[in-house]
Amino acid sequence: MLSKRNKEALFNPLSKENPVLVQILGICSTLAVTVSLEPAIVMSISVIAVLALSNVIISLIRNTIPTSIRIIVQLVVVAALVIIVQQFLIAFDYDVSKQLSVFIGLIITNCILMGRLEAFALNNSPWPSFLDGIGNGLGYGIILVIVAFFRELLGSGTILGFKVIPQWCYDHGYMDNGLMILPPMALITVACIIWVHRARNTDLQETSN
Amino acid sequence: MEELNLFVKSIFIDNMIFAYFLGMCSYLAVSKNVKTALGLGVAVTFMLVVTIPLNYMLDKYVLQPGALSWLGEQFSNVDLSFLGLIMFIAVIASATQLVEMTVEKFSPSLYASLGIFLPLIAVNCAILGGALFMQQKDFPSVWTATVYGAGSGIGWLLAIVGIAAIREKIAYSHIPAPLKGVGITFIITGLMGIAFMSFLGIKLG
Repeated sequence: MLSKRNKEALFNPLSKENPVLVQILGICSTLAVTVSLEPAIVMSISVIAVLALSNVIISLIRNTIPTSIRIIVQLVVVAALVIIVQQFLIAFDYDVSKQLSVFIGLIITNCILMGRLEAFALNNSPWPSFLDGIGNGLGYGIILVIVAFFRELLGSGTILGFKVIPQWCYDHGYMDNGLMILPPMALITVACIIWVHRARNTDLQETSN
Repeated sequence: MEELNLFVKSIFIDNMIFAYFLGMCSYLAVSKNVKTALGLGVAVTFMLVVTIPLNYMLDKYVLQPGALSWLGEQFSNVDLSFLGLIMFIAVIASATQLVEMTVEKFSPSLYASLGIFLPLIAVNCAILGGALFMQQKDFPSVWTATVYGAGSGIGWLLAIVGIAAIREKIAYSHIPAPLKGVGITFIITGLMGIAFMSFLGIKLG
């Protein structure tokens, strides 16, 4: 069930081969949905579900897809799964689906998906592909949650909507940093995470600017 | 006047990169020098100008609730909007293929410089994002939608050429080792985004 290779497929994407920090894939949504924690968590779960299922489906039909039209086939499979997720969210969590607006639809063009389908699912059997999908989805989700945690904490002083910074701080002149809520600070937060991550894993550092 | 306003707004204020982070993957990967960045920027602008009107008409006459009423009375209650995503991505993928073949046939030199980027564009979130925002903004006519597409494309072009120029300049700067490459690009993009925020509130006419 969990051979060494499968374990690698599942756990490597969490840090060493993190899709966001190391492979620099799927940045758009990482930045756009992280103003607060709740949409970030919903987005992560959606991506994990779509990624794992599409990996399994493509892996199951990998021997029947002609290579010349594989991109279209992949897009159709992913788009169908994303439509299911979108309809599901509209039905059960309408507020968050409004907050996420177009970004649920943009899971289709999330580079992580195409990247994993091309690099892994096309050459591997369903079970490792499933684990790879879960692993990469989690690696993506972790970064999303970390970024959203800091942006929500520093930007609005809340976590998941609950006030965590006590009132006396505000009374003594503490203020929420409104800049954290604006788009540019998402980029700088991710840059700081990359900084910490690469300072600890020196083999990931690039040699040129 | 309305269109000019929308055009300026979609270039500077609702900039695809700085406000919505769309097309970040290719933005980061292909911004090492100005020439290739310009090529990709032109390709993205071109595809936005082609696909947004197509998707607009698709949305208006096929997908929206009641959009099929031109077929006859019995179709006026049909709502196909849940098919939106799959139709948009199909239009974008096939338009990319068509444009690629046309460019290859009629302008081999342009094809040589754009060639590698064109297939990438099918999965560039800026194109699908443009279509989805177009649907959300509910433009009154095809013309307005085209203007929006052109504006978003030029905004994207401006951003990628800008970052490529800066990255060329900082090629020999001393940057902390962990920040080299991607890290510093993120920070510069963030700073550019803050600079672009000063355009907020501009309104012409």
